Amino acid sequence: MNVKIQFSEKALASVNEIIARYPADKKKSALIPVLHIAQAEFDGWLSAETMDYVASILEIKPIEVYEVASFYSMFNLKPVGKCLLEVCRTSSCWLMGAEDVVRFIENKLNIKEGETTADGKFTLKTVECLGACGYAPMLQVGDKFYEFLTLEKTEKIIDNLDSTGKRSTYNGWQTGKESEIIMNRVD
Amino acid sequence: MSKKLLLQHIDVPGINTYEVYRKQGGYKAVEKALKEMTADQILEEVKTSGLRGRGGAGFPTGMKWSFLAKPEGVARYLVCNADESEPGTFKDRYLMEKIPHLLIEGMIASSFALGANTAYIYIRGEYFYVHRILENAIKEAYANGWLGKNILGTGYDLDLYMQIGAGAYICGEETALLESLEGKRGNPRIKPPFPAVAGLWGRPTVVNNVETIAAVVPIINEGGANYANIGVGKSTGTKLISASGHINKPGVYEIELGLPVEEFIYSDQYCGGIRNGKELKAVVAGGSSVPILPKELILKTAAGEPRLMSYESLGDGGFQTGTMLGSGGFIVMDEDTSIVKNLYTFSRFYHHESCGQCSPCREGTGWMEKILKKIISGNGTLSDVDLLWDIQSKIEGKTICPLGEAAAWPVAAAIRHFRKEFEEYVTNPQNIVDVKHYYRVNNLAAV
Repeated sequence: MNVKIQFSEKALASVNEIIARYPADKKKSALIPVLHIAQAEFDGWLSAETMDYVASILEIKPIEVYEVASFYSMFNLKPVGKCLLEVCRTSSCWLMGAEDVVRFIENKLNIKEGETTADGKFTLKTVECLGACGYAPMLQVGDKFYEFLTLEKTEKIIDNLDSTGKRSTYNGWQTGKESEIIMNRVD
Repeated sequence: MSKKLLLQHIDVPGINTYEVYRKQGGYKAVEKALKEMTADQILEEVKTSGLRGRGGAGFPTGMKWSFLAKPEGVARYLVCNADESEPGTFKDRYLMEKIPHLLIEGMIASSFALGANTAYIYIRGEYFYVHRILENAIKEAYANGWLGKNILGTGYDLDLYMQIGAGAYICGEETALLESLEGKRGNPRIKPPFPAVAGLWGRPTVVNNVETIAAVVPIINEGGANYANIGVGKSTGTKLISASGHINKPGVYEIELGLPVEEFIYSDQYCGGIRNGKELKAVVAGGSSVPILPKELILKTAAGEPRLMSYESLGDGGFQTGTMLGSGGFIVMDEDTSIVKNLYTFSRFYHHESCGQCSPCREGTGWMEKILKKIISGNGTLSDVDLLWDIQSKIEGKTICPLGEAAAWPVAAAIRHFRKEFEEYVTNPQNIVDVKHYYRVNNLAAV
């Protein structure tokens, strides 16, 4: 296998820490957490090259990675925008106006659900229940839950993301300080 | 004020940290379990308590534990199911976010009772910020000697790890969860063998919901008999209810089982009534997969008895006129809600989440979504409603795991109780109006 990409030292340390959570002959169990780290490390999606690399680290066949990556909806098998906007659309969120939020974002960014803006900044996706039913409607961006959305609030969130221009994917496995944790849930 | 066992200290500032949790009496159950009790004694207390699985199935926890095979020299495991993803349910997230050490304390005491030296908490992938909270709490527990080697000098060793999922409802089914924990697709396994005999990596495993494991802490502290005194009949103890939808006070509430449904919906202590002064139309009482009930049947049973928040009372009347407590995902709908459109969001959900192993579920959920889409877009026919009924009846009971039933039941119940609304959709589609966020059939508000 001719693998060229490589995890940063920090990511590799996390990967090794995770592998140690399972019996030595059960390395494959680390696959899903490691794919999360890989996705955060390599532009928010899993290319074939990335998946082959993960296979080599876990000493499993590439097909074992592909079949898992394609099963779970959090893994992106195609490139996505810098900010992936995921609006929950199931029952409680729908009851509280999720469709309006989706329509509003579509109009504001001039894209349809599932599309990415021309500048590559935003991808809009609707997703199934994220467990924020009592705080509906909600939107997930990377590791942040934005809840009790109104259209005004949604606009502000998108404008803020636009101005920071940072990639909003799950940032690996690090444990944050308390204040950072609280900030990750944005009411 | 009803008794709280899990959330009694929830308002104490800093209860999410080890120091404050410990000051409030935290980890006493571990001290008691490891120093004063044997594994069998703990099992007996759990059996006496009448605790039933809080993830949705309601299976007696003590009995599940007693099935665990204990072959010599083979590791066994406790796995916590924190994959909470039944639409309408967000109680485990709340518990882990607000009082993570309660889960860890329950994991330690339960692992000791089961003779497990390694335990995992499998948490859904999307709960990113909860991962950090749990990881920190686990670190604190290690740092203070509650995890690791020779805990409290008793010779008992336990390693506890978190494992994250990646967005698959099906992984809340215990054998799919184990597959996922092994780094595979979340395809449920054929049972038997049950996880208690061949679970994680083929070894004996108990899988319990977050709330179930947390409930072991008060059971050890106060005794199984005292726990059983709370609640009503075979619905013992307290239950976390996730309340959402058109109510004034959505959120997570700990109730004593047996609370009247009417009080739960209208009391200011709980949901605080229907928002905007609207009338109640229907409730999904236990997460998306349980049958929806119209106002008349959720407040009172068919026999006219007040409906209670308990396994038995919600189940009274079977599926003809009753429902299930399920996971406690309590979704409330006001008079303007379209039952048909809400059902469409459920069917779309189950189609998306079917793992694809069994044909009736893989194909049937897709057909149901398609037909419902046709109906809500005003292109349905009366025979489509019958077809929907026919399809759901052919999924139920014909799949490896209960996702088939979970997809079929909401369709059956919606048609059973709101057939007129479906018929109005297909015969008078011009009457369907968009009411702000949702749709309703104009002249059917009082069906």
